[in-house]
Parts: sequence; C-alpha cells; structure tokens
Amino acid sequence: MNAPRQPGPPMWLLAEVTYRCPLHCVFCYNPVDFASHEHELSTDDWLRVLREGRELGAVQCGFSGGEPLLRDDLEILVGEARRLGYYTNLITSGVGLTEARLDAFKAAGLDHIQLSFQDSTREINDFLSHTRTFDLKQKVARMIRERGWPMVMNVVIHRLNIGQIGRIIEMADELGAEYLELANAQYYSWALLNREQLMPSREQLRAAEAITDEWKAKLADRMRILFVVPDYHEGKPKKCMNGWGNVFLTVTPDGTALPCHTARMLPGLSFPNVGDSSLRDIWYDSPGFNRYRGTGWMKQPCRDCEHKEEDLGGCRCQAYLLAGDAEAADPVCPKSPKHERVLDALAAAERPGAAQRPLIFRDPQESRRRCAEGA
Amino acid sequence: MNDGTPRLGHGFRFQWEPAQDCHVLLYPEGMIKLNRSAGEILARCDGTRSVRGIVAELEQTFATAGLAGEVESFIAIAVEKRWLRLEQETR
Ligand code: SF4
Ligand code: SF4
Repeated sequence: MNAPRQPGPPMWLLAEVTYRCPLHCVFCYNPVDFASHEHELSTDDWLRVLREGRELGAVQCGFSGGEPLLRDDLEILVGEARRLGYYTNLITSGVGLTEARLDAFKAAGLDHIQLSFQDSTREINDFLSHTRTFDLKQKVARMIRERGWPMVMNVVIHRLNIGQIGRIIEMADELGAEYLELANAQYYSWALLNREQLMPSREQLRAAEAITDEWKAKLADRMRILFVVPDYHEGKPKKCMNGWGNVFLTVTPDGTALPCHTARMLPGLSFPNVGDSSLRDIWYDSPGFNRYRGTGWMKQPCRDCEHKEEDLGGCRCQAYLLAGDAEAADPVCPKSPKHERVLDALAAAERPGAAQRPLIFRDPQESRRRCAEGA
Repeated sequence: MNDGTPRLGHGFRFQWEPAQDCHVLLYPEGMIKLNRSAGEILARCDGTRSVRGIVAELEQTFATAGLAGEVESFIAIAVEKRWLRLEQETR
C-alpha cells in the first residue's frame, strides 16, 4: 500500500456550531441521529478551535449548523475568526437575522453571507407561493445588501421544486442576488431517507438545465448562476470534499472533528474530539483523517483506474450507504459492481407520480425515534 | 488605464499567509495564491495610487525600469477577474 502523501494544511475550517434549527428541511445534510449529539462546545472551546485552525493554516472559516444564528455567541466567534485573519463566511437560512445582529456581524468584520433558501414551513410546495417565507427572505436580503455584503443565495433543488426553477431564479433576481447556486439535492442523511420523493426524472433535470441556461444568458450582466448536477444522473463520481482530509476540516457541534460533515456514519472509524487532541494532531496524525487520504486505500476497480487521481474513487459515505462498503468505488460510477443500485433509484424516478410515501421531515423527535430504533 | 486607480474588488481580501509562504487573495469560498510580482503589485492596489504611480514605485523599489507593460497587463487581467476595480479619474 502506498503511504499517503503528507497533506498540506486545510484550507477550510467548517464550524458547525449547533445542530439546533428552527426548520425541518427534508433534504437536511445533518446526520439523521443529530438529536443524540446534543452537547455543544462552549464559547471558549470554539475560540480555541478557531485559533488552532488558523495556526494550522486554514484561511476560510465557515459558520454553519443547524442554524448558526441560534448560538448567541456567534458574533464573538465571527469577530475572533476575523481578527485571526480568516475569511469569514456565515451560512444561514436567515431565520432569526435582525438588523441589530447584522450590525454586530458587520462590526465583527464578517466577510460573507450565504443565504440558503430553505422552506420555513412544512408545506414543501408552499416554498414559492408562501408569502411569509418570501417576505422574510426579502427583508433579510435587503438588510444584507444595505450593509454592503453581496447577495449570495443557495437553493437546494429536488423533484418537488425543480419544475419551478424559472420562478426560483426570477425570485433570486428580485431579491438582488448576485450569485445563485442551484444545488441538486445530494442523497445523504435526511435526503437519503426521502430519496424517492426528491429525485427528479431525467426529463425534469434536462428541462431545468435548459431553463437555467436561458436565465443565465438573460441575467449575465448581473447574476452568476451555478447549476450543480446530481452525480446519480451524471454517472460520474465526484471528487468528494476535494479529497478526504485535503481541504476541509469540519468540527461538529460537540467537537468531533471530521473530514466531511457526514463521515461520522462510516463504520470502524473513530474521529477525534477537539477536547482531546489539537487540530494539528487531528489533521496530520489521526487515523480517521488519514484513512482515505490519497489513493493507497483503494481496491478494484478504482485501484487500476485511469480516473483515480481525478475523482479519488468518489464519495466514501455514498460507497458505504449504497454498496455497504466504504472502500468500494462510489456506486454512481458505472464501473462499480453495485452500480445497479443507482440505476434502480434513477429508474424509480422515471415512474410517473413516483413515491407516494410521506416525506420525512428533519426534526429532533424524528431523529430520536430513529436512534431508538437503531435506524 | 494609466490614470486609473486600482483597488481591491468587492469581497476580496489581500494578505500575507505564513502557512503558504506567499501573499494570497481571499474571496468567498476560495483563495488565490500569488507569486511574488503579483503580490508586490496587489499590495499597492489600495485605491491611493494610479497605475502609473504603481509602476513608478515598483521601478524605484526594485531599481529597475520598463515594468509598465507587465504591470498593466497584470492589472488588466485582475480587473477582468474582478480582483480589482479600476476607478478612472473623473474630470
Ligand atoms: S438543511 Fe434545513 S433543517 Fe437542515 S440545518 Fe439547514 S436549514 Fe436547518
Ligand atoms: S472506478 Fe473508481 S476511480 Fe475509476 S472512475 Fe469509478 S470511482 Fe473513479
């Protein structure tokens, strides 16, 4: 087995400061068992993590969650991150954002806000028509723009809203978005539970891309639009997280350090906690971070594949979730022996009406119930 | 462009990065590592100097001449990439 190359420093420190969230997104990327990890790092713990991350060489700091605004020390953390020289990014649904807090973030030196357009109600189809949601976004977008931050929006696209993609883009334009990311749902965590209901058909996807291209041309002078194609449909494994333990260092609310926010589910790996080890030891020396670095861990068909440096065999979590083996090729790859599992899911999405099962909403009660069942 | 005054584009930050041993440009979700000459030029694009002034200063600092072409073409590219905004002298 090749020894993994010595990695460079992480570029990103992703601080998932809380799993608490007022919303219940059906595509939520938080772990399904998030409610069993209720403990949260203290302010001082986070300040130390920020310092250690910066000493390690991280330059981008993302504050996300859950809804990071639910931490009332967020202004302190942002201020310290900025002072340390990070480029500071806040990823928020905007729920709970007030003029006063925005002023405090401005004073703290927050560089960048990404507003995610989540659904604030349980009526997923209300997403666009629900005026309260729209009013809230409009208010928040205005407050952000007034303070000189660029308006950057992210919308998760799935079967239930993909038909309205033109309207979504139009709305982003009305909100003054300069950058819009239309990210097709990725099937982990809650989105995997709801995959049947969320996965678009090929025709839906094709139509959505065509409409997006029209808008791209129309709004070229004022908005950049990125349409993120789902890997299932493309049949092309993604270089997940830009390489395991290569760019991102995620710290979860309870201080567990992860190479990506879903990695905790992988069996047989234990990830260190920032309370027990320094970020430097975690990044360079922990077995968890070294486990899938580089290509040395691969088995066939990846090991001899010409694309192995390009995609690093795809996503470990997806390999585990779909093939039951974290060392396998990502099953979205046509060379994977388990590729038919992806083809089956795609075929199901072609059936008219698709799933009739009710959606499973992300909430603490549901999470606890699933932990209790061992699901 | 010689009379224009370059300054950093919205959302960009320029700083020295010890871990990278170079100057970098930070922007939402990314980082550009700069080589030495790009770093020297960008360090001076703070909205107080014209392109002409930057050329003169660099030529003096490095005791050389004929940097105008290189500096101008770098600034032109940087403007196109929105790393820089060029404010024209009005009047
Ligand atoms: S995806 Fe939705 S439910 Fe999950 S953390 Fe984000 S806003 Fe909350
Ligand atoms: S076989 Fe492995 S390395 Fe090759 S394309 Fe598929 S996932 Fe990537």
